[in-house]
Amino acid sequence: MTMYEYSCLPVVFGLTLAPFFLGIINRTKAKVAGRQGQPLLQAYFDLWKLLHKGAVYSRTTTGIFILGPVVGLAAIVAVLGLTPFAGCPPLFSFIGDLILFAGLLGVMRFATMIAALDTGSSFEGMGASREAWFSSLAEPVLWLSFAVLARLTGQFSLGAIQSEIGSALWAASAPELALTALSLFAVFLAENARIPVDDPNTHLELTMIHEVMVLDHSGPDFAFIQYAAALKHWVLASLLAGVIAPVHTGHAWIDITAALLTMAGIAVATGLVESVMARLRLTRVPQLLVGAGALGVMAFIVDIMR
Amino acid sequence: MNEVADLMVVLMAMTNLILLGTARLTLGVRLVGAQGALAGAYMFAANAEHPTVHVLALSALIIVAKGLVFPKVLLRTLEKAEARHEMEPYVPYSASILLGMVMLASSVWVSSRLPIAGLTIPPSAVPISIWTMFTGLFLVVARRAALTQVFGYLVLENGIYVFGAAIAGEMPFLVEMGALLDVFVAVFVMGVAVFHISREFEHMDTDRLSVLRD
Amino acid sequence: MTLLVAALLCLIGGGILSLHPRLGARVAVPGCVIAAVLGVIPATQVLSGGGVLSLRAEWAVPGGSFYLHCDALSAFFLIPILVVSALGALYGAEYMRHSVNRAHWFFYSLLVAGMAGVVLAWNAIFFLVAWETMALASFFLVVTDDDQAPVREAGWVYLVATHFGTACLMILFALAGGGSGPLDFDPMIATGAGASTWTLGLVFLLAVVGFGTKAGIVPFHVWLPEAHPAAPSHVSAVMSGVMIKTGIYGIVRVLTSCGVPPLWWGWVLIGLGLLSGVGGVLFALAQQDLKRMLAYSSVENIGIILLGLGLGAVGWTFGEDRVCFLGFAGALFHILNHALFKSLLFLGAGAIAHATGTRNMDAFGGLFKRMRHTGGTFLAGSMAIAGLPPFNGFIGEFLLFLGGLIAVMSAQPALCGAGASVIAGLALISGLAVAGFTRAFGSAFLGEPRSECVEHAHDPGWRMLLPMWILVYFCLLIGTSVGPLAAYNSPAWSAAWPGKTPEIAFAVASCLSCVSLWAGAFVVLCLLLAGFRLLLLRGRSVRQAVTWDCGYAAPAARMQYTASSFAQPLTDMFRTVLHTKVSGGAIADVFPGLSQSSSVTADAVRAGFYQPLFSGVLRGVIAVRRLQHGNLHLYVLYIALTLLFLLFMELG
Repeated sequence: MTMYEYSCLPVVFGLTLAPFFLGIINRTKAKVAGRQGQPLLQAYFDLWKLLHKGAVYSRTTTGIFILGPVVGLAAIVAVLGLTPFAGCPPLFSFIGDLILFAGLLGVMRFATMIAALDTGSSFEGMGASREAWFSSLAEPVLWLSFAVLARLTGQFSLGAIQSEIGSALWAASAPELALTALSLFAVFLAENARIPVDDPNTHLELTMIHEVMVLDHSGPDFAFIQYAAALKHWVLASLLAGVIAPVHTGHAWIDITAALLTMAGIAVATGLVESVMARLRLTRVPQLLVGAGALGVMAFIVDIMR
Repeated sequence: MNEVADLMVVLMAMTNLILLGTARLTLGVRLVGAQGALAGAYMFAANAEHPTVHVLALSALIIVAKGLVFPKVLLRTLEKAEARHEMEPYVPYSASILLGMVMLASSVWVSSRLPIAGLTIPPSAVPISIWTMFTGLFLVVARRAALTQVFGYLVLENGIYVFGAAIAGEMPFLVEMGALLDVFVAVFVMGVAVFHISREFEHMDTDRLSVLRD
Repeated sequence: MTLLVAALLCLIGGGILSLHPRLGARVAVPGCVIAAVLGVIPATQVLSGGGVLSLRAEWAVPGGSFYLHCDALSAFFLIPILVVSALGALYGAEYMRHSVNRAHWFFYSLLVAGMAGVVLAWNAIFFLVAWETMALASFFLVVTDDDQAPVREAGWVYLVATHFGTACLMILFALAGGGSGPLDFDPMIATGAGASTWTLGLVFLLAVVGFGTKAGIVPFHVWLPEAHPAAPSHVSAVMSGVMIKTGIYGIVRVLTSCGVPPLWWGWVLIGLGLLSGVGGVLFALAQQDLKRMLAYSSVENIGIILLGLGLGAVGWTFGEDRVCFLGFAGALFHILNHALFKSLLFLGAGAIAHATGTRNMDAFGGLFKRMRHTGGTFLAGSMAIAGLPPFNGFIGEFLLFLGGLIAVMSAQPALCGAGASVIAGLALISGLAVAGFTRAFGSAFLGEPRSECVEHAHDPGWRMLLPMWILVYFCLLIGTSVGPLAAYNSPAWSAAWPGKTPEIAFAVASCLSCVSLWAGAFVVLCLLLAGFRLLLLRGRSVRQAVTWDCGYAAPAARMQYTASSFAQPLTDMFRTVLHTKVSGGAIADVFPGLSQSSSVTADAVRAGFYQPLFSGVLRGVIAVRRLQHGNLHLYVLYIALTLLFLLFMELG
C-alpha cells in the first residue's frame, strides 16, 4: 500500500506527541534517581497553564522580544513539515529540502538569541553567546551527517533518504550508518541543550544556555518557547530514529508503532545519559562537537574506501 | 567474515579517535587494551574462512597479551603512581582530533598510492592501520605524560600489526613473536620506569626529565 | 548598445559637471540614477534574451581599442554595479550634505564608470585603463577625510595593494596576448584553449593573485579592513558591495576562457575559499569597529563565492555537469546577494555612525528604540547575510549545498572530497556568520544604551532611509520569489555557464520555487501565530517591569554583555589564529578599585607577513640610500666609474 496518503501523519504525530517525549525523558531520570517523578503529561499541563496566563514584559524590550518566540515556533513547525516519520513522507518534500531544514533551524536559533539579547540582561547575553558558540560548531556536524546519508542513499530529500535507509543499507554499510547515528545523537543533545552540553535542570546557574536565554519570557510567549523546544527534540529525534530503526514492512501501522517505540527508546537513552553523566565543563563542549564531526568524516572516508 | 573484519577495523579507528581526544589515563589504558584485542580479533576474522592453528594461536595470544596483560600492568602502575589525568598536552585535544582527521585523510591518500590496492581484505584495513601508526606517533610527540607515550608505542605497534596482517595475510610466526616480545618487555620496563619516575619526582611528565641531563 | 554608451556618458558627464561648485551632488546623483536606468534595460535584455552586444572603435594607443562587449556574464555584474551605485548616490547626497569636499562626486561617478567599464571592456588596454580609473577613483574616495591620520594610512595600504594587483594583471595580459595587433579578448580566448598547460597555469595563478587582491582573498585582503572603514559609508557600500566583485568577475572570466580546468585549479579555489571564509568570519567576530567588522565579513563572503567557483571548476574537470552548474550558479547568486545585503549593512552602519558619532560596537545598545527604520533594515540585512530564509542569502547557500551534495555522491574520491570540504566549510562559515551578525545586531540595537552617545540618536532623513528599504525589498524579493522568476527567465542561467542552458536549470528553478513556497508558508505561519498570541493576551493583564536579573537589585546598563564579551568564547577558542591582545582587567586585590580592560585583534596576515616583509625591504632600501648623498661630486664619480666599467667591459 502506498504511504503517500499519510503524509500529514508526521506533522500530526509531532504536534501531539512532542511534549510526551519530554515526559519520557523526565520519567527515566526520576526512575534512575529513585524518585516517583512528575506525571508523564506534565509538559502538556505546563503548556495549558502558561497559555492561560497574562504576561510581563521588561521595559527594556522591544518588538523583537515578542517576535522571538513567535518566529521560533513558526520556524520549528515549518521544519516539522519537512521531517519524515515512520516511513511516511513529510508534508512537503522537494529536492534539497534538507538544506531548508537546516536553514529554518538557524532561523529559530537566531530568533531566540536576539530575543534574549533584547532584554539587556547579562545572564541572557551570556546564554545567547554560548548558544552562538556551540550551534556554530554543531552546524558542520549536522551537515556532515546529512552529506554521509545523502551519499549512502543517493537521495537529496529527507523523505527519500529515510525511505532508502533499510535493512539492505544497514547490511551493506553498517559502520557508516552507525557512525552517522552517533554524530546525529551528539547533534541532538547539543541542539536541544541536554547534558552533557547544557543542563535543563539548572534554572538559575551560570552554566546554562537554553534556559537562561528564555528567563524573561512569560505567559503565552513562554508556552510557545516550551512547545517549540519540545518540537525541536521531536524533529531531531525522528531524524535519528529514521537512521537507527528503519522498519519498512509496508504495513503502515506496524511501521508507525516501531517508529514510536524507537522514539521512546531515544527518549529513554537521553534520560539515561542525563542520569549517568555530568555536564561537561564549558571549554570541553567544543571537543565533543569536534569529535562528533570527526565521526562524520570517518564515516565518509570509510565509505569512499569501499 | 569480511564484515566482521571490517567492523574490527572501524572500531579500531574509533579507539584512535577517542585516544586523541581524551585526557583520562585510565580510559586511555582500557582503550589501548581494547585496540590490541581488536587487532588480534581482526587477524582471526580476516582469516576465518581458512582458520589454521597458527592463526588461532597467534590471535589468542595477541588478545590475551595486548587486551588483558598489558592493560593490567599499566593500570597497576597508574594506581601506584596516583595519576589520573594528562595535564596540558603540547597539542590541545580539539586540535588533536582535527589533526587526526587530517592524518586520516592523508593515510587514505597514501594507501591509494601503495601498489596493493584491491588486494587487501577488507579495503579499509590498510588506510586505517596506517592511520593507527600515525596516531601512535602523534601521541608520542604531542603528549607530556610518560604513560601516554607508552600508549603511543602500543598504538603504533597495533597499526604495524594490522598493516602486516592485512597485506601478508599471516606473518611469519617468529617475526610476530619477536615483535610481541619486544613490546612485552618494553611495557614492563616502561611501567616500572614510569612508576619510579613518579615516585622520585612526584610527577610523570617527560618534558621535565630533561633537567636530569646535566 | 546605444543605451549602455549613453549610461557611461551620463556617468562621466555627471562627474565632470559636478566639479562646478554650484552643481555638485545635484548633477552627479541624477547622473548615477539615470545611468542605472539606462544601463539596466539593455543588461536585462541580454540576460533574458541571450545574445551579445558589442561596439568596437579604433584607438591610437598601441594594442588598444575601444571595444565594449556585453554578454550574459557582463550583464549579470553590470546590473548590481549600476543599481547599488545609484542607491548609494541617493544615500550619499544626504550623507555628504555638509561636506566641503568638492571632488567627491567627481570621483564617485568616475568609480561607477570605471566599474562598468571593467565588466564591459573587451580589450586588455581598455580594461586596464578602466581598472585603474576604478582603483584611483576609489583611492580618492577612501581618503575623503584625509585630515585623520588612520585614513591616510588606510589610503596608502590600499594604493599599494591595488597596484600590486594591477602589476599582476599586466603580466597576465602580456602572457595571454602573446603576438602583435590589438590586445582584444577574442583572439586571447581563441588561443587560450590551445595554450600549454604551464602558460595556462601561470595565467590562472596571476589572475587569482591580481584579481584576488581586488576581491580581498586571504592573504591579499589586508587593504580591505583598512580602506572600507575609512571611506564614507555609501562609498564603503559600493566598494564592498560591488567593487570587490569586479575581482571575482576577472577570475570567472579567466576561468571560463581557458577550457576545461585542471583539477588543481579547483582545489586552489576551494582552499583559498576556506581560508578566506573561515578567516574572514573569525576576524569579523573579533572586531569592535562596526565597519571594520563588515569589511571582514566581505572577506568571508568572497570566500563563500570562491568555494562555489572551486566546486564548479572541480565539477567541470570531472564532466559532472550538475556540480559545475550548481557551483557556478551558487557563486554568481551569492555575488548578487552579497552586493545587496552588504551595501544595505554598510548604509545602516553609516546611519548609526552618523547618529552616534562612533563606530565602536561596545558603546552602542538600545538603538532599536531610537532608530526604528535603521534597526529594521539592519535586522533584515543581518538575517540575509547569515543565510537565513526567507531572505536572499539563503538562496545562494542553497545552490552551493545542493552542488556539494551531488559532488559528495560521486564515485570520484577527488570530487567527493571537494564536495565534503565545501559542505563542511560552508556550514562552519554560515554558523559563525549567524553568531557574528547576532552579535552585531544585538549589541548595537538591543538592550540598554552602554554610553551616552546613544541617548540622542535618531533615524536619518527619508533620503537616506529610502535606498536602505529598497535594498531590503530586493533581498526579500530574491529570497521569496527567485524560483518562479528563474523558471521564467531561464536564459539568465547562461551567465552561470556560458554557451549552455542545461536542463538542470529548470530542475533547480523548480527546487527554488519549492523553497520560496515553504518560506512563504513559514511567513504566513509567523503571522498566524502572532495573531494567536494577540488573541490569547486579549483582556489579560500585560504588565511592564524591569528585566529579571535573577534577583539582583541594581542592574546597570554597563553590566550587559557587550559585543566583545559575546564573541569572547569563540575568539578564545580560535586564539591561535586571532592573536587577540588583551590588556588590563586582571583583579589583584580583595577589594578591587576601578580598572579597565581593552582588547585588540590585529590582522594576522598583515602583522605576521606584510609588516616584517615591508620593514625588511625598508631596511634594504635604507642601505641603498647611502649612495644618494646629494653631493654633486659623488654623482660625477658614479658616472665616471660607470663609464670606465663599460669601457673595460667592451675592451676586455
